[in-house]
Amino acid sequence: MHVPDGFIDAPVSLAAGAVAAGAVAVSLRGARRELAGPAGAGGLGEERTAPLAGLVAAFVFAVQMLNFPVAGGTSGHLLGGALAAVLVGPYTGVLCVSVVLLMQSVLFADGGLTALGVNITDMAVVAVPVAYGLFRALVRVLPRGRGAVTGAAFAAALVSVPAAAVAFTALYALGGTADVSLGKVFTAMVGVHVLIGLGEAAITALTVGAVLSVRPDLVYGARGVTAPLVLRDVTAAVPGGGTAATTEDAARADAEGAPAEGVPAEPAAVPAPVRGRSTRRVWLAGLATALVCAGVVSFYASADPDGLEKVAADQGIDEQAEEHGLADSPLADYGVADISDTRLSGGTAGVIGVGATLAVGTGVFVVVRRRRASAPAPAASASGADRDGH
Amino acid sequence: MHALPPHCKLVAVLCFVLAVVSTPREAVGAFAAYALLLAAVVRLARVPFRTWLGRLVIEVPFVAFAVLLPFVAEGPRVEWLGLSLSEPGLWGAWNVLAKGTLGVAASVLLAATTELRALLLGLQRLRLPPQLVQIASFMLRYGDLITDEMRRMRVARASRGFEARGVRHWGVLAKSAGALFIRSYERGERVHLAMLSRGYTGTVPVIDEVTATRAQWARTAVLPAAALAVCLAGWLLR
Repeated sequence: MHVPDGFIDAPVSLAAGAVAAGAVAVSLRGARRELAGPAGAGGLGEERTAPLAGLVAAFVFAVQMLNFPVAGGTSGHLLGGALAAVLVGPYTGVLCVSVVLLMQSVLFADGGLTALGVNITDMAVVAVPVAYGLFRALVRVLPRGRGAVTGAAFAAALVSVPAAAVAFTALYALGGTADVSLGKVFTAMVGVHVLIGLGEAAITALTVGAVLSVRPDLVYGARGVTAPLVLRDVTAAVPGGGTAATTEDAARADAEGAPAEGVPAEPAAVPAPVRGRSTRRVWLAGLATALVCAGVVSFYASADPDGLEKVAADQGIDEQAEEHGLADSPLADYGVADISDTRLSGGTAGVIGVGATLAVGTGVFVVVRRRRASAPAPAASASGADRDGH
Repeated sequence: MHALPPHCKLVAVLCFVLAVVSTPREAVGAFAAYALLLAAVVRLARVPFRTWLGRLVIEVPFVAFAVLLPFVAEGPRVEWLGLSLSEPGLWGAWNVLAKGTLGVAASVLLAATTELRALLLGLQRLRLPPQLVQIASFMLRYGDLITDEMRRMRVARASRGFEARGVRHWGVLAKSAGALFIRSYERGERVHLAMLSRGYTGTVPVIDEVTATRAQWARTAVLPAAALAVCLAGWLLR
């Protein structure tokens, strides 16, 4: 993915360099805030930035050398953008990936000097914020807990790699020097990078999970999700000897609303209320999954007619078939009318279709629930509909 | 060559590569001239040709891409050894290969004649934000350490009979990556505290200020100036 010199023409490379420089300047400012520590640490941010960001950059650099075997003797390596974003925050992530790219280009000739702007724009300025944005949104939507953080990290890493590929294709469209049609570049780049993204996603999620189980306080993306670590008195371990200080601590942990994991229950503490999974969260998570499936998976779905259509065409049945009354509708044939690229239009139509289905389904569900609430008698049939509806 | 100030060399290499990139691809002679120029400088700097060429291997993935280009590009086709190749594709492949290789060769030359630390000082001298240079210097200083830590974990895994063979072993490797992150981050915190206790206030004093005399600038300007001349000649004689 490191673009060499001469692949993108000079003006676009310079423009991308300007974009990259601006983004790095912004993230330098943001990284100070992020690395100041969870407690704010009283103005420590400024001077903590260099050692911490430097070590994280060294980590990203090292982890790119960690090879993960894929079947058949081939192996891949982590790109680390999404991982850095989840572990240390988006600004520091952009900063670290940019520094790694800078050093790789100056010291190891990996990625051209003039293409440095292009490389930073793709892999840091686009990939990292996309990953973090998606991660944040998913964490907010999914039920609280450790699984949500790893799941969101998986999705974020999965999307970040093709996003970088799309950004590259856009730069290629502006200033590519080879005469390959845009469609081919797009399909090849995104296709290959979805595969790479799958590996990246699995490793990122597993790594985030591993860090989360040892030092949950270090995972930037999980702040506010896991219980804050508190200092405890030794006396607190004695049953019935809970001091005022520990009671206060426990009360604070409860106030955060998070399950106090790994903390032995103590007599003075009020047990944290067990939260049921709220339907709204499950509902939103399902919606997100359906949208991703419709938008991304249908992108790769076969363009061939499905079995029935194929048989009909072979047998000449469809000669008699009349055009459907909705054939002129903007969504006919699972495509959006004014988008010429078939795959893109298929994906868009899929997303719109899921939205419409969902709206109808929710409508039915609401009606059924209202009826069930008013009349308990037809509860059996209503619960059946409930199951079908969801 | 080794003694020239690092920031002069950085500017020179950047200008050289810019000249190469903006040369029209039909000017085949120009690229030969660039290669000769670089070879002359390598000779002058007494960098062994073998190491210089050996480090060009980094470019291999993109060579594979360039080889594919003639097959997938559009435009009129030419027959060659029974293969149907696209003519613009061939030009595109040549373009990527020639410019990419020259760029890599120039960067390798820069890296071979300049110390890491000098390179960072040069970047700072070129008005890169000092914070960025500091981050990069920390990364380089601790990069070997972190890589070594990773290697030790690999040895530890191997000595317990682990061998990563497929997707099923990703979990173990990811746990190593997680442990590596925790170790690096905690080391960063310790380094920060150690620096604080030695009076660190957010900036590292620059002790050896690098400056360049006019003569040094003139000497480093020879390569990009020659490249610029070749580039202009390439445009005029097209």
